Formats: sequence, structure tokens, C-alpha cells
Amino acid sequence: MVPTNSLPTDAADGVSRRAFLVATAAAGGGLLLDFTLPTVADAASAKAGASAAGSAQVLNAYVNIAPDGACTIFAKNPEIGQGIKTSFAQIIAEELDVAWKDVRVENAPVDPKKYGAQFAGGSFSIPSNYETLRRAGAAGRAMLVQAAAKSWGAKPEDCSTSDGVVTHKPSGKTMTYGQLAQKAAAVPPPDMKTVALKDQKDFKIIGKAIGGVDSAKIVQGQPIFGIDVTVPGMKYAVFERAPVYGGKLVKANLEALKSLPGVVDAFEVKAPDVGNGPWPGMQMSLVDGVAIVANTWYQANKAAESLEAQWDEGPHKGVNSDDWFKQADALAQKDPAKNVVTNGDPKGAMKGAATVVKATYHYPFLSHQPLEPMNCTASYKDGKVEVWAPTQFPGTGSGMISKALGIAPDAITVNVTRSGAGFGRRLAGDYMAQAAIISKQAGVPVKLLWTRKQDLQHDMYRPGGFHYFTAGLDKDGKLVAFTDHMITFGEGTKFTDSGTIAPNEFPARFVPNLEYGMSAIPISVPTGPMRAPGSNALAYAFQGFLDEVAHAANKDPLQFQIELYGEDKVFTAPPSPFGKQPPFDTSRMKGVLKELGEKCGWDKRTSLPKGTGMGIACYYSHLGYFAEAVKATVDSEGGVKVDKVWVVGDVGNQIVNPSGAINQVQGAAIDGISQALHGGIKIKNGAVVQTNFHDYPLLRMNEAPPVEVYFRHTENPPTGLGEPALPPVVPALVNAIFAATGKRVRKLPIDPLQLKA
Amino acid sequence: MSYTITINGKPQTVDVDGDTPLLWVLRDVLDMKGPKFGCGLGLCGCCTVHIDGTARRACVTPISAIGSRPVTTIEGIGETETGKKVQAAWLDLDVMQCGYCQAGQIMSATALLNQKPKPTDKDIDDAMSGNICRCATYTRIRAAIKQAAGLPTTDSRDV
Repeated sequence: MVPTNSLPTDAADGVSRRAFLVATAAAGGGLLLDFTLPTVADAASAKAGASAAGSAQVLNAYVNIAPDGACTIFAKNPEIGQGIKTSFAQIIAEELDVAWKDVRVENAPVDPKKYGAQFAGGSFSIPSNYETLRRAGAAGRAMLVQAAAKSWGAKPEDCSTSDGVVTHKPSGKTMTYGQLAQKAAAVPPPDMKTVALKDQKDFKIIGKAIGGVDSAKIVQGQPIFGIDVTVPGMKYAVFERAPVYGGKLVKANLEALKSLPGVVDAFEVKAPDVGNGPWPGMQMSLVDGVAIVANTWYQANKAAESLEAQWDEGPHKGVNSDDWFKQADALAQKDPAKNVVTNGDPKGAMKGAATVVKATYHYPFLSHQPLEPMNCTASYKDGKVEVWAPTQFPGTGSGMISKALGIAPDAITVNVTRSGAGFGRRLAGDYMAQAAIISKQAGVPVKLLWTRKQDLQHDMYRPGGFHYFTAGLDKDGKLVAFTDHMITFGEGTKFTDSGTIAPNEFPARFVPNLEYGMSAIPISVPTGPMRAPGSNALAYAFQGFLDEVAHAANKDPLQFQIELYGEDKVFTAPPSPFGKQPPFDTSRMKGVLKELGEKCGWDKRTSLPKGTGMGIACYYSHLGYFAEAVKATVDSEGGVKVDKVWVVGDVGNQIVNPSGAINQVQGAAIDGISQALHGGIKIKNGAVVQTNFHDYPLLRMNEAPPVEVYFRHTENPPTGLGEPALPPVVPALVNAIFAATGKRVRKLPIDPLQLKA
Repeated sequence: MSYTITINGKPQTVDVDGDTPLLWVLRDVLDMKGPKFGCGLGLCGCCTVHIDGTARRACVTPISAIGSRPVTTIEGIGETETGKKVQAAWLDLDVMQCGYCQAGQIMSATALLNQKPKPTDKDIDDAMSGNICRCATYTRIRAAIKQAAGLPTTDSRDV
């Protein structure tokens, strides 16, 4: 805690020095973000100085400086492996002009009033915070300069800064940030809109490859993840649910469970109605179950093996994923339940086409499977709840807890720990609400920890889908007509989360006659966002089919796509719930495609040995432009070996941390390959079949190809990297398999039997 | 039942059922949170420790099976020469994304280098394929093992 006696008096007496910051996060019409830069008092009251040494001085909610010059920077968004804790600190430190060696990074407390939106999703962290955080750092620097100038009776404009030292240029006098911190904390913050920012060419920290700020702790096995949290008096909980989603508990052998070794309590949990969260369309309500609370987690989990429960499995018990193929075929015979877009005259143009190409693409449901299982430690006491959770979105968890327990949001404290990855799974707050409910009912603090089987069987899945494509080419091989009837999941025309198609989905806007429509197979499990939601599935289907179309047109697939994008053109983005979005710029996509061709040796692909082929694909998602190439070899048994991946991305003019950026992109590419080779949730009698990594495999070291990464630095504001590198690798792989074997992969995961020579 | 096992050079006595996996003894009884729970079936490698110098999955190793064999965990691996080099290479190459699996990766890598000080790419595949990295930092894990071994970090498979 920051000692309150170190606060300047005008903050303590409640004088508001609130600076209202309206930052256009991405210049040129980026995400519009309004929030208040917290005052000294706000920040201090928010436990801001938790670990700062001595009488650390609070410059704003992001920056504390101690007398010894140690600078504590608060990173506001959850760290899930995307490196945001490090890169946010780099952005602030750059403009603060402090030496990186003097920087310590702490998680900021959860307080959206002070920090704006705090979540890790949508690759939004960089585009929606880059400019804001620069201004926060620059504001701190300006206050330090003001303080120095005042001490010297000098003009601020005669002062310069570098590595945590202010220099009065005319006299050569210097003072360190540590010496100035106390005075600086009393300086009124500058106008955020006009505070001077550095020229990009002078950057010393942004753009530098800096190792993760928690890495030293990780290699020593220090307890920094959610699963590692312990609180006094804590017991361990296991929560068993019906195998079929939404099943209701009829009865369970609770008394027998209570007599098992180490078990302190066992009880029914009736799912409170908290609606679906965290946003409309996302199905992730709470479900009934049996909670077992024990002295150790092993005892609780062992006791769960003795659970005898009777479930009313409800309406979904007859669902089998194998039946969806027939259902999709039947729906595809009819008109779409909903028209998404019609441009020109697709039917007429198809009739007049010289060549018509038809194909159906299918992808399965997928599970997120971060390696740290869902867990949350919760302590309910006297109408208040404190939780410690690995979460991507603390607000969704506290929202669910508030509704489930009927307590006010301000009675809930969420402590965000590092997450053993997320991939979207931890955007939902179900496991946090369960922990809070169990703690209340058990009357003790509990750590709820899911098993791997529960993580696989109670996910909110990436929905599967089917695409019934038709394309028409004129006599010159030009794409003149394109239609897709997407068979997704939902109820009628209420389509499930992450299972829809947008009217501007490529090649829409680039083909004169085009139609997209959707129909739904009834949904029986929750669905939700998974790394590059929507895009991770659509890229495969559309880019796989477009490769077929290019071949039907007798064209080089890479050249075909470049030609499809046509002239350089900028399309204004449609309205978005996240504010104004940057436009789509065809020159950026053509730029990554052209550079990809050069980097991967596309022109030499025909000289590859028999059984080896190269494929390309490109995709725009989460404001990033990516083109990727895969070289793959298929053996006589149909086994696929990915030999190499090339990635060219354009996420603007500044990569904040090149080391983290390359790691993200390599990981995304391999993640996509893992999905294509192995991913696919099966449902039988309403329940997910898979139970662990033997039947839901993830790609391992022996299958991980080298991934070469290039960034094009175009004059555009920086955007995020957690997601956009994933989507194109999947179609690039199946297109490479076609080049190697002449066989199209129109169904995922890739089936070696279909590729057998 | 009472068991005394040697962990990172120190004898530790715990009172647990004999079928309790070493992982849960370490995590919940001895408060050593470095080894992680990932699958409970020895399929992901997050819980990897050394038993008598060999990489083992603590989640499927009952406490009763350890006997007098010494156990080394991620908390103690930095005390060994190889472990220290591996940790340094992990930091130098900035291997981590989420970091959850990396304790297990480091334990498997250290066991590999103790057995084969100059591993080939094939050796690395064989020794490391029991450890899943969901963030897929495999490229850097491979390079870091080579760096710790004093080998060039180039990937011989990259042609």
C-alpha cells in the first residue's frame, strides 16, 4: 500500500484534478475511447502502490516512482500469455522516458472506472490502449519536467529527459525521477489531449525485444497462476455436472459422499438463473450440479468418483454430431432461413457463367483447452465475495456472481491472476460464479478446480459449420458470381455466438453477383469466442474454396487473390459495438500477399518433390492483414507432415515488442495447424465424448514445423496480434495438401484415410 | 500414512493416503506450486519432475511408489548446473507465452540434456513430445534446448 501520508495534501482533501481524456486510440479513425485519467487519490485508494518501495509517489493510475528511482508501472489488462503485461509497460515506460531496468510491472486492480475496459479479447488491447497509455506515460514525464523546472526556476521547455533523469539543458543541471517524484506528484496533470508525445523514430523501449516481465518467476516455478492461489482456511472443491448440457439434478448420494476421507461437505447446487453471458447470443448459463468440498483437491476429486447422481438430461439428450451432416444437406436444399447479403444477380450470373464450381466445406466444434484448467478461489463472507481468478474478463465473472448471489457488484472483489492461457475460454465467468456459490454454501473459502474432462465437456465451444458454395467464372476465368449457404447452429434465425457470417465476408464487395445466407441446426451446447472467433472457421472454408476456384480458372492462386482485390481501395468499416473501426485497405492485403510470394519461394513450388506441395491463403481479422504459406508432405498412408510455414503480417507501423510478436504469430500458426490436424469435438447422446488429451489431441513438439515470420510496417496505427495470424494457416495447409496430392480437404479435422494414395 | 521423501535435497514427511499422486502432495500438502496440474493422466507433462534423475509425471506417480529415490522439482532445478543453463536459455530466448507448461518443459529439457548433452532435433522430438505447450512455443523451446547445450539454435529441419 502507498502510505497515505505520502500523498500530496490537495489530493487528500478531495480536490478533484480529474483530467478527462478523450483519446482516439487509433489515429485516422480508430477505436474511440473515453475514460477518465485517475487522480492521485483514486489511484492510491485502488491499492495502486502495493509493491512499490518506500514512499513511492503516485503520478497517475499507471505510474508510481520511488525515491530510489524505481518505477512501478501498472498493466491494466489480464495477462493470458499474449504478453500484454510487458508490452503495456513498454508503451508507458517509453513516453515516461525511464530506463527499462528501473521498471517493475504490477497488475492494475480491476476498476473500469479508473482504467476503462479491462479484458483480454478480440486483439483489442493494443489498438484500444496504445495511444492512451502513451499519453499516460507522457503525462507522468511532463509532471516530472514541471517539478524539475520549478526547482531550478527554469522553463520546462529548456529541460530534456532520458532514462529517468531530467536535464536543464542551458546549465547542464540534472535531477533523477526519484528525486523529483514527490514534487511531481503535486503537479497538476497536463491536458491529455495536447501532452507532447515522442516521435516514433526516437523510441528506445517500444519496438525493442524485451522478455516477459514474469518470466523469471515462471522458470523458477513461483506461484503466480490462479491455480496456485491459497487463502487462509481454504478448502478444495470439485463440481460435477450432468454430462448433457442443461441437465437437471434429480438426486445424488450426498450422505455417502460426506463420509469419504477428507470430505467436509457435499451438496446440491441448483443453477441460479443468471441469463446467458457475457453478451447477447453467447450461451453460457450456469448449470445444476453437485459440489464436493474436501481438505485437499485430490480427496475431493477422488470422492467425486463415488458420486451416484440421477440427472434429468433434458431436451438435448438425443443429439449426435454424426447426424449433422444429413441435417445440413437437408437444410441446404431449401432457401436460407436468413439472407445475409445479395449483391447483383447471383442466380442469373451463375446461369451465364462459363464454369461453375461447387463444393461443401465442413469444420467441427472445437474446445479451447488452455492448459491451466478452469479454476477460481472464492471467499464469501457477510454478503461480500472476494475471488482470485485466472480470467480474461473479470467483469463477466463479477456480473455473474452478482446475479447468482443477489449481491451488489461493489460487494465483489476480483483479483486477476496470471492465466495459464485463455484462447477465449476465460471470457466467460461460469467457473467464477460456481466458486462463489460453493463458498457461500460451504461457509468457507474454496478453491474450485475443474478436471481436464470437465474442461472438455463443459466448454463454450467454437461452433462447427457447413458451407455450400457455388462460384461462377466467365470465359476469361474471372469470378463473376459467388454464393454461400452457411449451415450453422442456433434456433431458427437466432444464430449461435461465433457461428455467423457477415455481409462483407470476403469475397463480398469484390464479386459483382454474390449472395450469402444462413440456416441453423438446433444448438445443444454453449458456444463462444475462440481465438479469432468466426474467422478461424470462415478462413478455412472461404480460402479453401477460393483456391479451388483459382485452379478452376487455371490461375495461380496467389495471383488470383491479388487480382480479386483489384485496385487499391479503402472501405469504411461497418458500425461496430466497439466504436469506430479502421477501414479495410486492399493495398495492405495485396502487400502481404506479394511479400509472401517472395519470402516463401512461391515461384519455385512446382519443383518440389512428389508428395510435397505448397499452399497459400490470406485473411483479414482483428484489424490485422495476414498472408501465409504452408509446405506440407503427405505420405502413402495419408499422414500429413507440415514442413514449414511462412507468415507475412501487417499490423501497422509499430510492433511494440518484436520478441513477443513473433512468439504470438508462431504460436498462432501452430495452433491453427493443431486444429486442422486434430481438432474436433464429438457429441453422442447429447454429451461430449472426449475426456482428455488422448482423444482430444493437441499438437506436440514432434509435429511443430518451423515458422518464418515477417511484418510489413505500413503507415497505419498499431493493432493487435493475439488472433489474426491464426485463420489463414488452416486453408494454407489444406491448399498445400491439394498441391501435394490433388485431393481437397473439405472436412476438418484432416483425415489421413481420405488422403491415402 | 506417513511417508518421508527427499525433495530438492531435503527430507519431507507427509501424512497422506498411499495412492495420493506426488503432484498433489507437492502442491496441496507441501505448498510447492511449481509442478502444474494439466490432465491428471500423464498426457500433458505440466507436472514433470525428476525422480532419481529421470523425468516423471507427478500426476500419475503415487507417493507410495517413490521410496528413497530423490525427487527434484522446478523449485530446485536451478540448483543444478544443467537446470541453471536451461532456465537461462529460456529467459534469453523469451520462450514463454502463458508459461503454464514451462516448468514441465524445463524439467523434461533438463533431463534430456543430462542424458544427451548434445541432442539432435530427433532427440528433442523424442524427449519433449510428452509435454504439450498449448500456446505452441515449440519453436523457441527447441532453440532454447540447443542454446543450453551450446549448440547453434538453427533448426536442422528447416530446409
